[in-house]
Amino acid sequence: MRGFLLNRLFQSAVLLVIVSLIGFGTLSLMPGGPTAQYGLDPGMTQADLARLKQQLGLDRPLWIQYFDWAWRLLQGDWGRSFRDGTPVLSVIGRHIFATFLLMGTSTVIAIALGTWIGIRGATHRYSFFDYLGTIGAMIALSIPTFWFGLISIYFFTLKLGWLPAGNMYTIGDASVLDYAHHLIMPSLVLSLVHVAIWSRYMRTATLDALSQEFVKTARAKGASERRVLMKHVVGNALLPMIALAGVQLPSILTGALVTETVFTWPGIGRLFLDSLSYSDYPVVMGLLIFSAIIVIMGNLIADIMIAFVDPRIRLA
Amino acid sequence: MNTLALRHGPSRWWQNRAVRRFTRHPLALFGLVMISALTLACVAGPWLLPYDTLQIDLRARFAPPLSGSHILGTDPLGRDLAARLFVAGRVSLLVGFSAMILSVVVGTVVGVIAGYRGGWVGAALMRTVDGFLAFPSIFLVLALSAALQPSPLMIVVIIALTKWMEVARIVEAEVRSLREREFVLAGRMLGLSSAHIMFREILPNAIGPITVAASLTVARAILLEAYISFLGYGIQPPLPSWGNMLNGAQQYLASAPWMAIIPGAAITIAVTSFNFIGDGLRDALDVKGEHG
Repeated sequence: MRGFLLNRLFQSAVLLVIVSLIGFGTLSLMPGGPTAQYGLDPGMTQADLARLKQQLGLDRPLWIQYFDWAWRLLQGDWGRSFRDGTPVLSVIGRHIFATFLLMGTSTVIAIALGTWIGIRGATHRYSFFDYLGTIGAMIALSIPTFWFGLISIYFFTLKLGWLPAGNMYTIGDASVLDYAHHLIMPSLVLSLVHVAIWSRYMRTATLDALSQEFVKTARAKGASERRVLMKHVVGNALLPMIALAGVQLPSILTGALVTETVFTWPGIGRLFLDSLSYSDYPVVMGLLIFSAIIVIMGNLIADIMIAFVDPRIRLA
Repeated sequence: MNTLALRHGPSRWWQNRAVRRFTRHPLALFGLVMISALTLACVAGPWLLPYDTLQIDLRARFAPPLSGSHILGTDPLGRDLAARLFVAGRVSLLVGFSAMILSVVVGTVVGVIAGYRGGWVGAALMRTVDGFLAFPSIFLVLALSAALQPSPLMIVVIIALTKWMEVARIVEAEVRSLREREFVLAGRMLGLSSAHIMFREILPNAIGPITVAASLTVARAILLEAYISFLGYGIQPPLPSWGNMLNGAQQYLASAPWMAIIPGAAITIAVTSFNFIGDGLRDALDVKGEHG
């Protein structure tokens, strides 16, 4: 187990270095670099700009700039927002709760619905339900999230008036119930794609588990079909799903960014777009790296969880 | 059936086993028909309609679909939505297709080299693949497109930059498993160059999985273009794309919902079709799928 953990930690560290290189590459592509914003100030002369670049160390070779940047990243100095001078990490910290709330809720919905559809599709293979699930999943995977959001707002806000069109809470209310009311539509919209993916994988995994010897054994021992399914099949089918949850993190984050934009949800996705439109490069860069770190950490946690639950993995 | 096919061999391309299996896949055929119809409409449509994409008709602003002379209605400036939809379709389909070709080429080259060379070159290339996969694609695409001037060509490059990794992984695994086979050794003994062995001898064996990945990549590229154009960082107006047609639609959702419904439906149909085709190809070419 210790060997597995160390190996896995090392891999994640290597990945972090590569991610930081890609991030730094993106940063150096930006026109005018980090001083572009200052260049817009009419009082700035070329000499001032050059002095600023020297002060910020931008006249040094790229690789030295990279190490300097990466070292400060490690120490938690992610720079300051161009907009109000707040440290980047605290800007991200202010928006992360909203995103995690949205992602968490929609993941729970996706797991619950997807598991149910997948298992039912596998136990009632080639039934009408199964075909509906298969075709429905492929269509769900093809619907642009933001469009699904717009259509939902059209029906549930404009036509029926059941749900609010956006924001996380009503100003002056902000009770738990109010949060929940605002959470329903964005989390359902975000979960659509993942219900589809989850149900497809779950169907395959359940079919796999159903064909295993231990299912025959359990049946031969006289266990009821319900007990076989719940205890033996679902338990084994759910294991690889933990890894799937990790693998899907990038696409959930992508979906979250779009969903937050449509529903004016105050998370890191909207923060990213706002910062882009203000050319607030420190925050843009910070979020780019931060989103990759979430993905790497998520996958690491998923792998460790599987290794704890399933001895076959950590010994292999 | 099988022995017959063996004796005579596949004499015509439509008698090929894979082609026959593909044509027996109802969803794949449906996808193929839909995408052909959509492409035809986008190519021929603008010539058949009496309107230009930029022609402003102030007397017909916010005309709903099927009212008067505008089949799909008009936008807030009175521009014909059908004309814009078809021209936008040309842009979106072309961007999606070009991005697919570029990412398949890049992914294949990286995958072949990483799989054949192995060692530290292979490890370095595959860790780079992992690195790119760790970014949620939209964050990387938006940052790049804000940094570079988003011309349509640049959008293609940027989308390809975040979509090549899957092909690279597929090709690398395939090449690595074939590297030590007899025909490769035979090729080496014949004195063939590494490039010849990599691309002419080994690569053809991976055509099946690459084809499947390619059709799914078109679907994802079209979706990604729609996302970033919707957010204002993709194809820039006045050039319409399905994504940027939706860009202003949210504020008119109450008064002109068709502005949002129609382009989104076009995206969904196109992407669904490519996903159906990919699914059919996976069955026809006997490629082990990521899911059943």
